[in-house]
Amino acid sequence: MAAHLKKRVYEEFTKVVQQQEEITTKKLRLTKPSKSAALHIDLCKATSPADALQYLLQFARKPVEAESVEGVVRILLEHYYKENDPSVRLKIASLLGLLSKTAGFSPDCIMDDAINILQNEKSHQVLAQLLDTLLAIGSKLPENQAIQLRLVDVACKHLTDTSHGVRNKCLQLLGNLGSLEKSVTKDAEGLTARDVQKIIGDYFSDQDPRVRTAAIKAMLQLHERGLKLHQTIYNQACKLLSDDYEQVRSAAVQLIWVVSQLYPESIVPIPSSNEEIRLVDDAFGKICHMVSDGSWVVRVQAAKLLGSMEQVSSHFLEQTLDKKLMSDLRRKRTAHERAKELYSSGEFSSGRKWGDDAPKEEIDTGAVNLIESGACGAFVHGLEDEMYEVRIAAVEALCMLAQSSPSFAEKCLDFLVDMFNDEIEEVRLQSIHTMRKISNNITLREDQLDTVLAVLEDSSRDIREALHELLCCTNVSTKEGIHLALVELLKNLAKYPTDRDSIWKCLKFLGSRHPTLVLPLVPELLSTHPFFDTAEPDMDDPAYIAVLVLIFNAAKTCPTMPALFSDHTFRHYAYLRDSLSHLVPALRLPGRKLVSSTVSSNIAPHEDPSQQFLQQSLDRVYSLQHLDPQGAQELLELTIRDLQRLGELQSELAGVADFSATYLQCQLLLIKALQEKLWNVAAPLYLKQSDLASAAAKQIMEETYKMEFMYSGVENKQVVIIHHMRLQAKALQLIVTARTTRGVDPLFGMCEKFLQEVDFFQRCFIADLSHLQDSFVDKLLDLMPRLMASKPAEVVKILQTMLRQSTFLHLPLPEQIHKASATIIEPAGESDNPLRFTSGLVVALDVDATLEHVQDPQSTVKVQVLYPDGQAQMIHPKPADFRNPGPGRHRLITQVYLSHTAWTEPCQVEVRLLLAYNSNARIPKFPWIEGGEVSPQVETSIEGTIPFSKPVKVYIMPKPARR
Amino acid sequence: MSPHRVFPLPVWAGQDVGRSCILVSIAGKNVMLDCGMHMGYNDDRRFPDFSYITQSGRLTDFLDCVIISHFHLDHCGALPYFSEMVGYDGPIYMTHPTQAICPILLEDYRKIAVDKKGEANFFTSQMIKDCMKKVVAVHLHQTVQVDDELEIKAYYAGHVLGAAMFQIKVGSESVVYTGDYNMTPDRHLGAAWIDKCRPNLLITESTYATTIRDSKRCRERDFLKKVHETVERGGKVLIPVFALGRAQELCILLETFWERMNLKVPIYFSTGLTEKANHYYKLFITWTNQKIRKTFVQRNMFEFKHIKAFDRAFADNPGPMVVFATPGMLHAGQSLQIFRKWAGNEKNMVIMPGYCVQGTVGHKILSGQRKLEMEGRQVLEVKMQVEYMSFSAHADAKGIMQLVGQAEPESVLLVHGEAKKMEFLRQKIEQEFRVSCYMPANGETVTLPTSPSIPVGISLGLLKREMAQGLLPEAKKPRLLHGTLIMKDSSFRLVSSEQALKELGLTEHQLRFTCRVHLQDTRKEQETALRVYSHLKNTLKDHCVQHLPDGSVTVESILIQAAAHSEDPGTKVLLVSWTYQDEELGSFLTALLKNGLPQAPS
Repeated sequence: MAAHLKKRVYEEFTKVVQQQEEITTKKLRLTKPSKSAALHIDLCKATSPADALQYLLQFARKPVEAESVEGVVRILLEHYYKENDPSVRLKIASLLGLLSKTAGFSPDCIMDDAINILQNEKSHQVLAQLLDTLLAIGSKLPENQAIQLRLVDVACKHLTDTSHGVRNKCLQLLGNLGSLEKSVTKDAEGLTARDVQKIIGDYFSDQDPRVRTAAIKAMLQLHERGLKLHQTIYNQACKLLSDDYEQVRSAAVQLIWVVSQLYPESIVPIPSSNEEIRLVDDAFGKICHMVSDGSWVVRVQAAKLLGSMEQVSSHFLEQTLDKKLMSDLRRKRTAHERAKELYSSGEFSSGRKWGDDAPKEEIDTGAVNLIESGACGAFVHGLEDEMYEVRIAAVEALCMLAQSSPSFAEKCLDFLVDMFNDEIEEVRLQSIHTMRKISNNITLREDQLDTVLAVLEDSSRDIREALHELLCCTNVSTKEGIHLALVELLKNLAKYPTDRDSIWKCLKFLGSRHPTLVLPLVPELLSTHPFFDTAEPDMDDPAYIAVLVLIFNAAKTCPTMPALFSDHTFRHYAYLRDSLSHLVPALRLPGRKLVSSTVSSNIAPHEDPSQQFLQQSLDRVYSLQHLDPQGAQELLELTIRDLQRLGELQSELAGVADFSATYLQCQLLLIKALQEKLWNVAAPLYLKQSDLASAAAKQIMEETYKMEFMYSGVENKQVVIIHHMRLQAKALQLIVTARTTRGVDPLFGMCEKFLQEVDFFQRCFIADLSHLQDSFVDKLLDLMPRLMASKPAEVVKILQTMLRQSTFLHLPLPEQIHKASATIIEPAGESDNPLRFTSGLVVALDVDATLEHVQDPQSTVKVQVLYPDGQAQMIHPKPADFRNPGPGRHRLITQVYLSHTAWTEPCQVEVRLLLAYNSNARIPKFPWIEGGEVSPQVETSIEGTIPFSKPVKVYIMPKPARR
Repeated sequence: MSPHRVFPLPVWAGQDVGRSCILVSIAGKNVMLDCGMHMGYNDDRRFPDFSYITQSGRLTDFLDCVIISHFHLDHCGALPYFSEMVGYDGPIYMTHPTQAICPILLEDYRKIAVDKKGEANFFTSQMIKDCMKKVVAVHLHQTVQVDDELEIKAYYAGHVLGAAMFQIKVGSESVVYTGDYNMTPDRHLGAAWIDKCRPNLLITESTYATTIRDSKRCRERDFLKKVHETVERGGKVLIPVFALGRAQELCILLETFWERMNLKVPIYFSTGLTEKANHYYKLFITWTNQKIRKTFVQRNMFEFKHIKAFDRAFADNPGPMVVFATPGMLHAGQSLQIFRKWAGNEKNMVIMPGYCVQGTVGHKILSGQRKLEMEGRQVLEVKMQVEYMSFSAHADAKGIMQLVGQAEPESVLLVHGEAKKMEFLRQKIEQEFRVSCYMPANGETVTLPTSPSIPVGISLGLLKREMAQGLLPEAKKPRLLHGTLIMKDSSFRLVSSEQALKELGLTEHQLRFTCRVHLQDTRKEQETALRVYSHLKNTLKDHCVQHLPDGSVTVESILIQAAAHSEDPGTKVLLVSWTYQDEELGSFLTALLKNGLPQAPS
């Protein structure tokens, strides 16, 4: 093995291209006869169709290499001709399809055979399967026009088959391969390109609903492939909307939508009248009508598509929210209209009387249209639907349309507010989110705000937090509105104290958005009195802090406000500005020097210099090649300190600074390790002292993993450097081990492993090797042939010199880099009351944490619990426990189950978050690994975890079970 | 063959609200739909006049089955009277929940009528039991075969628990009867749904024929807000309800709201009937709406967490509370007692969730009366707030139209509504769907002719041959087919003509048409034939055109010969001959040839 490996590495290194060719030819010779021959023998042995089927099934489980596919296909075809049993033929046909999908195999050679056997086939099922195979072949050869045309021809021929399965497959084939351009008709083989669209269109009226569906799907497939559909199919599709089968209607709705997007402006006549309207309006009306379809699948589909029809004229759009009410043939106003009227007449919240909604005007019976062909009331129906899927789809559609049309946004507000009281939480949540998204276009009326705020008492945390986010960006029209909002938020705070942070943040934005509305409220809110001093409120009261947050944020843009503050307010300001600086802005207070404000206001111009500073210090470091070891160490230490401080000061640069500092730290450790005295003295004497060097090696490894996996935005350039650093650490480890262990035997294994790593490195980063001039690995690869041949002791010696000579690699800085971080909000770790539970049973601990810049947290973030006895437990949170409140931010709300045997007294357990990584994830895959062959060397996949949050201590007490 | 007809005869439900009983005669089968009673009468008019159905003979012989759509007394109240006292022993069909709840309501009604009002000649408890023994319960979408020809199928109708619409089918004729239904879902029930069954007749209720209702959400929100505000103020809320139906919806509404808002104020429900009914709601969870169906695995929504049974003594408890009490119109019983206790406090509130009959306390307070005269000359001053909320579970005009659109019937018949309002809806239906619409009065019969379809067997060979000929598939379009119809022993068969000849032992007659076409051509016959050949070859690409060695041209089986005109050498005569089967092609060819040949290239 080792010998073979060495040879391979050596050869590949010198002449890579040739070597690979050689290997593949070798494989061909080896595998082709064996695979296909074995299959052949098996199939010949088979006495009954059932037997043959078994063999085929077994065969299908194993992968086949690209080179032997053709041989296998020949064998299969041979048996196909002989086989009488349709089920075996079916399996063979499906195998042909699978095989032709094999990567690296060009299936054009088996196409003729496939078409041939298609012509003689009688069984409908096998025919369908064969067509499927042809589809697989055709999609593998997208450039070959002739083949495509031929396949389309075959499909057209079988379209008249009596079995729906065959027709389905034909249509699928046409949809995937048919082309519309007639210019390619002059083809060498004399095959004329047909008008695929017309052919598919004819099957819109097939007798089998499955075929009709397939025809529409094929049409959609054509569209997806970028072919432009004709407008003529619009009328055909419209007819399909009244089909008896839901899948047909559902597909037809999609098709209509597609056409309406293609030809929005063309004019279509309205049946039974002389008028004409735009196609997109007509389609909109038709899809709206489908919102009250009998099947909920169609309703969902229709409601979803409505959202993306932005070109529709506003007149039609507004009709969707209109449902003319009447009672006993007299026009009635909706509750919304009444609420609006009450509001505008200045009289709000009058008690409801019986007959308040008594109908007023008489309606002309002729003018009432109960089922309008137009869009009337589509959303009213959609939002009232029985199935919550439809309601959600309708809310989403409403959101999209409202984003593109401010006037519509204003109109749909009432309906959205109504949805806040839906019975299903998902729908409520969705409507709150929707409202937030359109909040730029709307201003809430007081009665609407009232309804919105009522939801603050919801027991679901998600709903409340979504609502806080909504309030952050809502426009309120009156000062009463602000007051109402504040009162409700404080009520919310009293009821659910855990919402503290979210409420403060909400008030911060509410204040900064409405300074002029807050101003008249200030005396009342601070309960100041013109003559008397009032009692100083408790500074630790969250409700009081909430009020102050609102006021201070409003005061930022309202200079007259501080005049209304009393003395203690200023003191409280100073305190809050310090303790909650993210919530309280710097204020220009009279008679006070504001050091902080100058700093914060001048941040912008400073930004460039700090960037420059970062760059300069890094540049300086890269010149350390020329310094003596002592000087280099000092320079590194200095720079690391600078960078760390810079990261603390400038949050925008924190990622870059930390990243570079970590890298420099690695280099520093390496240099330190190499400066050890250990190297100068004979090996056996320095057993103890080697600790430092090996510890350094270990730490470097850890740091490199952190660099690789804890930062988002790391590019391939950096990964190379990081891996290079790790390689150096491994070399260091090897040398240290060689120095400190007696005997050569263990070294053999280590050396070999190290050389494998080098080989692996080279394979992975072959493209980037040019950037690594003069580096450790560069030199290493130069000497690779020698290393392969040498004994371990010699290898170690070579490595040692190379490690010393190697240059320090410049780490190119990525564009955007952020360090993953996590903060555990809950448990807070302050409680003195231990969590008591019976030993042996479990107790659930609520964990609430925010994660920043974590990619794919569902699979990487774990919770670790450390018990005082050293026992550690890793918990994988459910994917549903992660929420995504904003870009780059995640929130983990989960429950961790704790359990232990009985303790005599309460003790603390540590809870922390871990970031799991797998080094395979970033390394590009190789085709030869995918081919099913196990690569010769050991996979260097390393899995591990990095702690990335501060641990929180939880006091627990498992009691012995009472008997 | 007698023409099949559908005769719906609204014995009672005609242009009237409050009672339902319809007789349908379809293809010789007689079915009675619902068997309701009128709550407003205390004499014989209470029950339908069943002698109307058949003057002579027993009802059991005349009626094939009775179908009950749901458990409201105006739809099932006369059932024991009908089956036990008038005498009917045939099957009675209803859904499982209806079967479970119906006897409770009947018993309750009997108690009030006999025990409280002391009426004689009323059905007894035993009669109710005996009547229920005749009931056959059906599942949703289950096709029940009543006899060899008659089958019925139930669809979900919303309205109340277990309400169903029924499709009655005999052969190819069918009638759909909706009973009462609701097209908008509420807090505990889903919306009515029917597939495109295309019945000959749709019999639909039309209670709200002229109303288009506002969204339910506003009303719900209003209701919740009112209750919430009152209990927050520390007031008590009284909601008078009837035991079944709306009461459960309001309970669910309040229960979920309490759950959501984390409220602790107690909610009470007056005991008795209601508890029993709630039990059935718990049981028939599949009949409720999506939300309840999906969440019952975690918790059955009808196992109320916040709603507890009410005790008389609780009414005097201090602090806020919400009480559901029966009956709904505040005319007697517990709700009135509580009302009297609470009426004096302006912090309290009473919410009337439904319509109140004139003369009841409920009606008086709704119309604004603040001083009520109670028995014993007492005057009760009403200081508490009075609110009205209408929660109705009938389809509105739009809903009715929607259902008609879904079912696609050939004609519609409106029942259970007021004549004036029905007239409006009738016009609308005729205008929008272009189907005939009827609204018979009580006792009036409507006769609908139907066009029955007659099944004809076709031989597979012929079908396949014809299928292969047609190039394009045309679903549900009439298609021309050549074949022979054989009517023998009252069965119809369509076979190919060859087979028909064989079966009947006849020989085939050849029928050939010949035609002469004169052509101006000076050339020789052979050349003319050749020109004809090339011309046809060019024109008829799809057909097989051949030039035979004897100088004649064939197109499929059509023969064309060219001959010189006996008198005029400049004119050639083309002899075209074809068989009857090729008539189409033959006439096309002659027409083509008569147009002359194209000028040959010189």
